[in-house]
Amino acid sequence: MQQISKDKFQIVGNEGINSEKIEKPSLSFWKDVSIRFRKNKLAMFGIVLLVLLVFFAIFGPYMTEYDYAKNDLMNTNKAPSSEHWFGTDDLGRDVFTRTWEGARISLAIGVLAALIDFTIGVLWGGISGFKGGRVDEFMMRTADILYGVPYLLLVILLMVVLGQSLGTMILAMTITGWINMSRIVRGQVLSLKNQEYVLASRTLGAGLTRIMGKHLIPNTMGPILVTMTLTVPAAIFTEAFLSFLGLGLTPPLASWGTMASDGLPALKYYPWRLFFPATFIALTIFAFNVIGDGLRDALDPRLRK
Amino acid sequence: MAKYITRRLIYMVVSLYLIVTATFFLMRLAPGNPFTSEKKLPPEIEAALNEHFGLNDPWYAQYGDYLLRIAQWDFGPSFKYKTRTVNDLISEGFPVSLALGAQAILIALALGLILGIIAALYHNKWQDYGAMIIAVLGISVPSFIMATVLQYFFAIKWGLLPVARWDSFMHTILPSLALAASPMAFIARLTRSSMLEVLANDYIRTAKSKGLSKGVITVKHAIRNALLPVVSYMGPLSAGIITGSFVIERIFGIPGLGSHFVTSISNRDYTVIMGVTVFYSIILLVSILLVDIAYGLIDPRIKIAGGKKGE
Repeated sequence: MQQISKDKFQIVGNEGINSEKIEKPSLSFWKDVSIRFRKNKLAMFGIVLLVLLVFFAIFGPYMTEYDYAKNDLMNTNKAPSSEHWFGTDDLGRDVFTRTWEGARISLAIGVLAALIDFTIGVLWGGISGFKGGRVDEFMMRTADILYGVPYLLLVILLMVVLGQSLGTMILAMTITGWINMSRIVRGQVLSLKNQEYVLASRTLGAGLTRIMGKHLIPNTMGPILVTMTLTVPAAIFTEAFLSFLGLGLTPPLASWGTMASDGLPALKYYPWRLFFPATFIALTIFAFNVIGDGLRDALDPRLRK
Repeated sequence: MAKYITRRLIYMVVSLYLIVTATFFLMRLAPGNPFTSEKKLPPEIEAALNEHFGLNDPWYAQYGDYLLRIAQWDFGPSFKYKTRTVNDLISEGFPVSLALGAQAILIALALGLILGIIAALYHNKWQDYGAMIIAVLGISVPSFIMATVLQYFFAIKWGLLPVARWDSFMHTILPSLALAASPMAFIARLTRSSMLEVLANDYIRTAKSKGLSKGVITVKHAIRNALLPVVSYMGPLSAGIITGSFVIERIFGIPGLGSHFVTSISNRDYTVIMGVTVFYSIILLVSILLVDIAYGLIDPRIKIAGGKKGE
């Protein structure tokens, strides 16, 4: 082996090298998520789309001089023009106004269903996972049994029996809708509740509500958010489906589902009556789906680069 | 395994009991009695009808009767079609619905898997984007709109395929496609993400470094593992196909159970709604159970609780 003489080496010392310095500002979990979410072009497009839809849902009905429920029998089935931007339907009602009136209802159904699922699911799953033992066993078996009940059949049954109103529809959707959420929350709580910081909090005398509200739920927020974003399009979808079966809201109320199913038979001659509501159903479902996907990707630590 | 199946069977029976009971009491809550119609029936006839269908009995007797009959696979009479029972409707319509559903499931599986696998193999290339655009479209467009649009273009505008009815193979193409669209999209997305996950594994790298061709790696090593999530999706898939068939059969005028069900909804034919709901629930619960058992058999990594040594 060749000898290397010592004078070829030189001591540089470690001054000037600040190895302990934190180069980048430290990122909290949610900051990291939002950075990665914003890099996802499709998801951002979904956000833009959603903002536009909400904007029009709020202001759209005021942009025209027409009332969404007022018939105008002199102007039925008019094609889109400068007077009626999206045309008129078989009773002469302005499709533009009705579309945005319908957007309010469809979005409200989606958001309300998601919120109710969230509330029940988090409470049920949280308590079940945290308490464990017999309570958990009982609560989860109840959920298992309810989970076996076919969702749409139950919704149809309730709509037939309780009458067609917004309230019934949301009730019908949430009766089994919360189960998915509660399972996710339970799984998360189970894996989190034995961590040291929860034990520390318990040692300091924190009760169930505080541990749940302060430690467990915030740490479960990721999967919860994803599930909620994906509940909204499912609910909008269900509403459209029910309307097609004739179990939707009753006129003159407008929802995208009822408008689309009214427009179906007229497709050959008055295609705009189907085109507008159908397009907006698809756009909304699309927006929520890509946002949900984007959130899931952003929250998944395995995808971090 | 045996223990697991028994436990699942017990849940299934409890779920079913719950469904039957809920259906029974909900239908009693429904406004009007089964003979309410525009034409007022003479009181004698109504009394005779009530007597005939046992509507004069106290509710618990009716309830007990109903449970017994369901247990014997008898779903009761139809109040609107005096001469037909729900069993008649099922034996008449279900084979058609089954054929439609099976065809749709095959299409959804075949196209969905192909799209998903292509998307994963060409990750972030145009093939991937193309496949995912198709998938997103399939998910975002409600089935009844998809069906009408297909019908409008392929049948009415271009006259390539029959508009409606259920006579020959040509008649089955459009409805099966419309029914398959959204499950296909789900399967494509599912396959893509699970393929991507599998392809990132070390054993795939090993296979590559052994010099195996891309085709062999995909078919022999990747697809097998990537298929598991798709298998577990088969349960929800059958639910989606059943409910989807309500609207598809309606639009294409197919005489299946789904369109009978929709007709009974608009007729408010309560006994048929009740019977068909229970029938569908049984079908669904059984198919979900079968899928779960199959899943446990296919994936050796899953140790179902209770069966420790694969008993």
